[in-house]
Amino acid sequence: MKTIKILSLLMFVAVTFTACSDDDETPEEINEEETITTMTVTLVPDGGGATIILQSQDLDGDGPNAPDVTVSGNLAANTAYSGSVVLLNETETPAENITEEVEEESDEHQFFYVTTGSIASVTYDDTDADGNPVGLEFTLTTADAGSATMAVTLRHQPKKPNDGTLADAGGETDITQTFNLTVE
Amino acid sequence: MHIKTLISAVLCVFVSYCSTAQDCTYTLHGTINDYHNKTALSGATVIIAGSRLSTISDVDGTYKIQGLCKGNIELEVSHPECTSLIIPLQIDGDTVFDIKLEHHLEELDEVKVVGSIIQDKTNSAQEKTLKLNTLESFSVGNLGDALKELSGVSSLNTGANIVKPAIHGLNGSRVLILNDGVRMQDMEWGAEHAPNIDINSAGSISVIKGASALQYGGDAIGGTIVMEQEKIPMKDTLYGKTLLNGVSNGRGGNVVSELTKAYKSGWFVKGQGAYKRMGDHEAPDYVLSNTGVKELAASLQFGKHQFTWGWDARYSYFNTEIAILRSSHIGNVDDLIRSINSGEPLIINPFTYDLQNPRQKVTHHLGKLKFYKRFEGVGKWNLQYDFQSNRRFEYDIRRGDRDNTPSIDLELTTHTLSTDFLWDANNKWQLHAGVLGRYQDNFANPDTGVRRLIPDYQKFDIGSFLIGQYRVNDRLLLDSGIRYDFSKIDAKKYYRTSRWEERGYDDEYQDLVVEDLGTQLLVNPVFDYHNISTTVGGKYRFKDYSELKINYALAQRAPNPSELFSDGLHHSASRIELGDLRIKSETSHKIAASYEKDFKKWGFILEPFANWIQDFILLEPTGVEYTIRGAFPVWEYRQTDARLLGVDLSASANWTDHWKTDHKFSLVKGKDLDNDGALINIPAANFRNKLIFSMPQWNNFEASLESQYVFRQNEAPDNIMVYSPEQQQDVLLEINTPPDAYHLLAFGSKMEFPFKNRTKLTTSLTVNNLLNTNYRDYLNRQRFFANDLGRNIILQLKFNY
Repeated sequence: MKTIKILSLLMFVAVTFTACSDDDETPEEINEEETITTMTVTLVPDGGGATIILQSQDLDGDGPNAPDVTVSGNLAANTAYSGSVVLLNETETPAENITEEVEEESDEHQFFYVTTGSIASVTYDDTDADGNPVGLEFTLTTADAGSATMAVTLRHQPKKPNDGTLADAGGETDITQTFNLTVE
Repeated sequence: MHIKTLISAVLCVFVSYCSTAQDCTYTLHGTINDYHNKTALSGATVIIAGSRLSTISDVDGTYKIQGLCKGNIELEVSHPECTSLIIPLQIDGDTVFDIKLEHHLEELDEVKVVGSIIQDKTNSAQEKTLKLNTLESFSVGNLGDALKELSGVSSLNTGANIVKPAIHGLNGSRVLILNDGVRMQDMEWGAEHAPNIDINSAGSISVIKGASALQYGGDAIGGTIVMEQEKIPMKDTLYGKTLLNGVSNGRGGNVVSELTKAYKSGWFVKGQGAYKRMGDHEAPDYVLSNTGVKELAASLQFGKHQFTWGWDARYSYFNTEIAILRSSHIGNVDDLIRSINSGEPLIINPFTYDLQNPRQKVTHHLGKLKFYKRFEGVGKWNLQYDFQSNRRFEYDIRRGDRDNTPSIDLELTTHTLSTDFLWDANNKWQLHAGVLGRYQDNFANPDTGVRRLIPDYQKFDIGSFLIGQYRVNDRLLLDSGIRYDFSKIDAKKYYRTSRWEERGYDDEYQDLVVEDLGTQLLVNPVFDYHNISTTVGGKYRFKDYSELKINYALAQRAPNPSELFSDGLHHSASRIELGDLRIKSETSHKIAASYEKDFKKWGFILEPFANWIQDFILLEPTGVEYTIRGAFPVWEYRQTDARLLGVDLSASANWTDHWKTDHKFSLVKGKDLDNDGALINIPAANFRNKLIFSMPQWNNFEASLESQYVFRQNEAPDNIMVYSPEQQQDVLLEINTPPDAYHLLAFGSKMEFPFKNRTKLTTSLTVNNLLNTNYRDYLNRQRFFANDLGRNIILQLKFNY
């Protein structure tokens, strides 16, 4: 008798547990909030002239497609440009402005501008609460005509302050994109 | 209880004393048989309790006692190979009474024989067991650390806290873990997912190297780890133990306590708990920042175990929170190149107990109900239901206020109902058959805000097996078995449209698409797998007591969810991992032998094996993909034909009464036959030698010095070339370069202090990495970022009561 009781109890428990498990529901779609799909660098010449836009757009995030990189035109020689950066997440509609998140956590972020060729200098125009550079605003000064490259890198949680090089800063790379430029 | 026994004993004496005055002319006779196969038992002693009357059974199992008086008596029946029985009997005249004795010692549950009665799970497979005292010495460590005591067992580590056992070079889904008869379902498919088991909850752990233990599963291409509970005695008793460990490296320790109450009637209840807390670990020259751990485990079991039938229920809880080395969390391929080249971690902070991101938090619940009944002269029937719930959170370094929002939040729920029958009545042959049904549900919580690494899925399994053993003669025992497993996986997954097309799924699997959301597709893959496993083998004992075992096992394993569905960036590894829907089951053919010989002063075991795996599923770097975050190495799952060859050798020698040495050597060679190259993540050859001094007179004093030499793995896949955006050129990514060979020394000592009332204190001191050597291990996934652990001193106090 006892045996039968225990057996039926076992069966009962098994059936109960199995019966209450989830049905065949459709999972919710996830659109990643943190993804940065688009970086737009706007270069406005100080003395007037054509504004140059550099853009890297990767709409499938870490999907297989490589980012689409565009440069709107050529830079003028020996000119100072006021630079600014806007970051967007375009997987969401409307697109989310990630620049604000970076501004809020400016002590944990820094842009690095590494140039080659006909660019004389890039200097930071903004600072975080501790007085360290952030790089959302900067000044780019071109040299004589020729070709140039500019690699823009955003690091999350770098060492701050650092000596301005990527190697010293460490941290994780949130964005890195190299633009091929022509100075004329 | 004792008082009751005493009273009945006194009564008994009194009654028999009184009754001598009566007419005492009656005879009691009958036969004594074995319960299982009904063979007559000779040499069994029958005593009438409280009198001088006794006899011994004849060759044909008969016994006869004369001169009995009318009234109630108690028979005490004992046999050297059997459980003693006390049988109350009423004598009204000449009486015929047949007695059945149980001669299967392993069912005895007698405390005095525990330790020597751990039975082999298979007849002819390579099999080793870790006993309780070894497990206790790893009380503050992990399951994987303890298992490495056995030759042929290695581990895939992510730091010191995440240790995945590997058998003959294979890990993850190829290694089954049976926790007290329950197959663990704890997301073993992840390389950084350790088994969710507290080592302190096991009484013994057996490792079967290979897929020969078909009763547990057919897909154990690597092997099976069987954790068993300590036997609980069938007598009135209350006992327990408490262990305290203090650890220098990590500046923490743990406490483990358990208590068991058992009754002669078979009832028992046992409770157990363990808590572990450690801060940052340290390499010889620096702190390994963010490597602390917090672990809480508890279990409760109760039930009634009698010889003919019994049941038990068990619930166990395991919760762990593990911090992952801060420096191992990196961005793109340039960050990885930087880490590999720098030679030391990029982030070194002062020691702390805080567990920060990246970290994992896992909770595992396990519930089990088991019932068994023995049928006289036939065998034993088992019925079991078990329930498991595994919840895993992984926290990354994230932007915004998302530090406390996990990036991975998975909940895996499993129900299993199984039954089996063991025909063990016949001396010549034994049969074991069983069936199993399993339902599993995985839920990936969308609240993470991160695309799912593993999709929502449901899985159904049905398995059945038949194993036979045949005793040809006293020397030769043959075995054979077959198992069939069906599994069906029904997943709902979102693919990025670009990925779906890049994989070429739009040609082959477009009919699986349920909904097109523009940039993402909802897909419903439903796959069936039919797998067959078989094994055949034999064990032969030579005249000189040396033993030879030969075993062949064919095993098939269905792909796991990670192999099928992985899709996306894995931050902790800085790589894009891609599964493949086309992956089918892999098939292994393994031949293993074991030769054991003991001489007067020394003995050895030689265990060679060869394992051919068709459609072996592996994950390896294949190229680079570019994103706005930079370039990432792409790791793709693919299938190939592989061959693993290896040998384990262990020997031990008693040089004098006090000095003893142990020697172990393991070697595995893995080859990708399709590409004619080396397989990834195959453990390097290693050689361990241990010198042990023991002096039982000095409170069981024992001291040992162990040397472990790990060779460099010279056979690894080629490194890959990647384009570094930072350096603006192609660079060699040394992702497969194995670290150098290393040599470690360990010291251990132990002493016992017995007190009154069977209580005992055991103290032990262990020092690992005695010389504080800097080293990195090929099978530690953090080898790119930091050195392994420095010196570690462990002090242990154990109280038995």
